Amino acid sequence: MLYYSLQRVALAVAICMVAMTILFSLVYVIPGDPASLALGPRATAEMKEALRVRMGLDQPLAMQLYNFFANAVTGNLGYDVWTRRPVTTIIMEALPYTLALAGAGLGWAILIGIPLGCYSAINRNSLMDKITGIISVGTISMPSFLVAVYCLLLFAVHLKWFPAIGAGERGDLADQLWHLVLPAFAIGLGWVGYLARLVRASMLEVLGESHVRTARAFGLPEAMVIRRYALRLAILPTVTLLGIAVGGLLSGAVFAELVFNRPGIGLLVYNEAARRNYPTVMGTVLVTVGVFVICQLVADLLVALLDPRVRRSL
Amino acid sequence: MSAGAVLDIRGLGVDFLTPRGRVHALRDVSLQVPRGSVVGVVGESGSGKSTLILAALRLLPANALILGGEVVLDGEDVLRMSPAALRDLRGRKATMVFQDPSTSLNPVLTIGRQMIDIQYRDRVPTARKRDRAATMLRKVGIPDPATRLDNYPHEFSGGMRQRIAIAMALLCNPDLLIADEPTTALDVTMEAQIIHLLRQLKSEFHGSILFVSHNLGLIAELCDRVVILYAGAVAEEGSVHDLFHRPRHPYTQALLECDPARLAKVSRELPTIPGDVPDLLAAPVGCAFAPRCPKVFERCRREAPRLVADGDGHGAACHLVPAIASSRVGPRPSTGSGRGPPVEPVET
Ligand SMILES: Nc1ncnc2c1ncn2[C@@H]1O[C@H](COP(=O)(O)OP(=O)(O)O)[C@@H](O)[C@H]1O
Ligand SMILES: [Mg+2]
Repeated sequence: MLYYSLQRVALAVAICMVAMTILFSLVYVIPGDPASLALGPRATAEMKEALRVRMGLDQPLAMQLYNFFANAVTGNLGYDVWTRRPVTTIIMEALPYTLALAGAGLGWAILIGIPLGCYSAINRNSLMDKITGIISVGTISMPSFLVAVYCLLLFAVHLKWFPAIGAGERGDLADQLWHLVLPAFAIGLGWVGYLARLVRASMLEVLGESHVRTARAFGLPEAMVIRRYALRLAILPTVTLLGIAVGGLLSGAVFAELVFNRPGIGLLVYNEAARRNYPTVMGTVLVTVGVFVICQLVADLLVALLDPRVRRSL
Repeated sequence: MSAGAVLDIRGLGVDFLTPRGRVHALRDVSLQVPRGSVVGVVGESGSGKSTLILAALRLLPANALILGGEVVLDGEDVLRMSPAALRDLRGRKATMVFQDPSTSLNPVLTIGRQMIDIQYRDRVPTARKRDRAATMLRKVGIPDPATRLDNYPHEFSGGMRQRIAIAMALLCNPDLLIADEPTTALDVTMEAQIIHLLRQLKSEFHGSILFVSHNLGLIAELCDRVVILYAGAVAEEGSVHDLFHRPRHPYTQALLECDPARLAKVSRELPTIPGDVPDLLAAPVGCAFAPRCPKVFERCRREAPRLVADGDGHGAACHLVPAIASSRVGPRPSTGSGRGPPVEPVET
């Protein structure tokens, strides 16, 4: 188990490094000199050069990469080009908003999707099963930014049930939660259907397995058969998937932040990339990749925890 | 006899609905397990053995359609009872040991958990249930049972897992224990050990046993009565002694001829006889065994034989049999209730 965890962490670090290398290379590929674009046409050569140095663009790519990583391990992700504030601080201000949004989106998707999938599997071909099937396919195929826009228009602008923009008063938890409802709904909606379908499929498979028949041959109460004997197994593919789903959810959160003008990682990257604020963009991407990798790691360890067969083979 | 039978199956017909059509898995099958006796079911693979015994606890898969008949367990018709009543009966009046121990135990729960769960009816402390489970494990030959309770099924060998499955069934102390080829999925040594265990347990277990096996030697040794299934219908039934010494159905005769040591030898597999198992997608016209029967004559291809039994309950479904059997009329009709109203399979 320890070896497995270490292995997974090593892999996670490798993924982060590869992601950053690609990103650094992209800076070179994207046309235009960041410094002159940032300073506008009237900037002098000295000003541009100063900015290039500040952005670290005067150094060779390998050197930039090395410096970036060497600093990153100490928690220093560089300084914002415009505000000169530490990138780490900027990210730490934005990250909780995004995590709260992604967590809320995922949370309600799990809370609704998994029971719905179980219900559909147990009452297969019932009217409710068919209805959830149709709705699921509908919501899965709907891009979350579109859902976000429609939610905004309908519930915030037209019906005025929920606030349209922002993340709520700082320090006012109720207000912040209130602002969270619509965007979380928007990014979670597709996952509700997806989870319901996935859980339904794996539940149906497990319910057909021989050991469930054994449990029934002993007359175990149906609730026990479903929850303890079937769901424990049927949930495993879902847990694995959720680790990966976080990636999709984070990108959904980016769109939701733009649509609802919420502070967060998404809005940050969007704004700073437009201004060619490379240190901040790089740092943000690194942290996002890190979050993604950590979620996958947690999912894998959770599967190992839930499935003794996996645990043993570690 | 039926009053004294713990399990009384009459005229049971089961079809499986498949994309290729209806598989006629059981046609008008009757079988009794007298209280306190051991009844063996023998038949080639695909002859409907599992279907028959799953029907006894109404555990058939969702695509099974029960065409008619009744399954009376301890006086109650299993096919027509409410799901709640059915659940109450399972594990109390009858339990099952399945064929493949690698799939019949839950892989993510410890065997202790599973063995405690099946005692959910008893209002005793969990520690007490755990003790009982350990005692039963010791009885079936699992060393160090108290610690092994915390292991998962994959941490045991196939033979050990089957021992656990048997222990679970015995833990419920049912009136009827049903075992579906409990040794077929095991290798030779494991099989021998399980057979040894079954022999041992038979003397201790006081309920009735319905035992499906390919192993004619084992059937002969453990059982009081035998039912030979062929293509979803009973070909022959009778006491072990009668059936093995004076087989009447050409199919039974062929099986026993292939098994030179007859009763003595423990054979792993059912002897193979020439010819193919009939396709159950089409209901056979005439006798299902006719295409493979060495004694086939014109009538066999035209008319399906009925099961004719003598006074000792030894019967065979063969047109040649009335000539052989004693003139006495059998104690019960072999067909009859098979035309009952169709019973919808109930998902539970
Ligand atoms: N779930 C099922 N769906 C369709 N056909 C089935 C199913 N289970 C069994 N059968 C068919 O029913 C017949 C009897 O099967 P079974 O009772 O398992 O035989 P046995 O246990 O004697 O090997 C076989 O032809 C088999 O293919
Ligand atoms: Mg079988």
